[in-house]
Amino acid sequence: MSDSNHHIVPYRTYGLILLLLLVLTSTSVAVTQIHLSRWSTAVALLLACAKSTLVLGVFMHLKFDQRVFRFMALFVVLIITAVLVLTFLDYGFR
Amino acid sequence: MAEVSAHHDEHRDDMASKLGIWLFIFTELLFFGGLFVTYAVYRFRNKEAFHLAAQELDVVIGTVNTAILLISSMTIAMSTTAIQKKDKRTTLVLIGITLLLALAFLVNKYFEWTTKIGHGIWPDSPMLEELGQGDILFFGLYFFMTGLHALHIIIGMVLLTVILVRVQKGRITFDNYQLLENGGLYWHLVDLIWIFLFPLFYLIT
Repeated sequence: MSDSNHHIVPYRTYGLILLLLLVLTSTSVAVTQIHLSRWSTAVALLLACAKSTLVLGVFMHLKFDQRVFRFMALFVVLIITAVLVLTFLDYGFR
Repeated sequence: MAEVSAHHDEHRDDMASKLGIWLFIFTELLFFGGLFVTYAVYRFRNKEAFHLAAQELDVVIGTVNTAILLISSMTIAMSTTAIQKKDKRTTLVLIGITLLLALAFLVNKYFEWTTKIGHGIWPDSPMLEELGQGDILFFGLYFFMTGLHALHIIIGMVLLTVILVRVQKGRITFDNYQLLENGGLYWHLVDLIWIFLFPLFYLIT
């Protein structure tokens, strides 16, 4: 097959990523339960972004796949970000 | 499909197949992205009601379900490694574990929803009418978004079951595993959505 030179990701890598994801999850639970007032929302969302980067990069192989997939994913993330920013520029200044 | 794989020199384009599932994933991300924007706007306009309503949700169940989905994401990712290493048995076990974890997630969700309904909270319930606009919006979005997510879990379970059978029958093999990888990609999407649903509904109060 043309793409038989597929990258085989070792089990250990996936295990480590899961461990990281669980640590990030407990961190976000801890931070929001402590109530660091207004910062807890930002921290929880930042941690969610970090987690999704790990899932997209390693579990979904974006790190190892052809570049085109990374560009497409980035494009979609930018669209969602743009819509969020524009919406809040609207609602924030009404 | 069955007839195609009976031939030894079948026409296949794994790259196109993967591109296809990614395009589908992007439409799903934009779809849920729109819902997240809706949530953000309503939250912004009903701060106090959302703050109080979010405290109703069970952080423990939410956290357990997050862990379940993350682990299932790892096992389905590992199944691709297993098939690449020509280890059919491990592949089957890993897909099986993923399916069991998916079921566990749904069982938790069932108990969570029935508890809410037991407290008189469901879309259009008389109690929500009394609580007011903010609560109606919060729980409306909660039931709709977690329900839609659960629907994706059910579809994923069907997909993974089909894949499990195909691996068992030897139609997905070490040199023809794109369907397994695509099923995994879909499963990670379900995980990805939950990664944002969890803090937004359960954690941020």
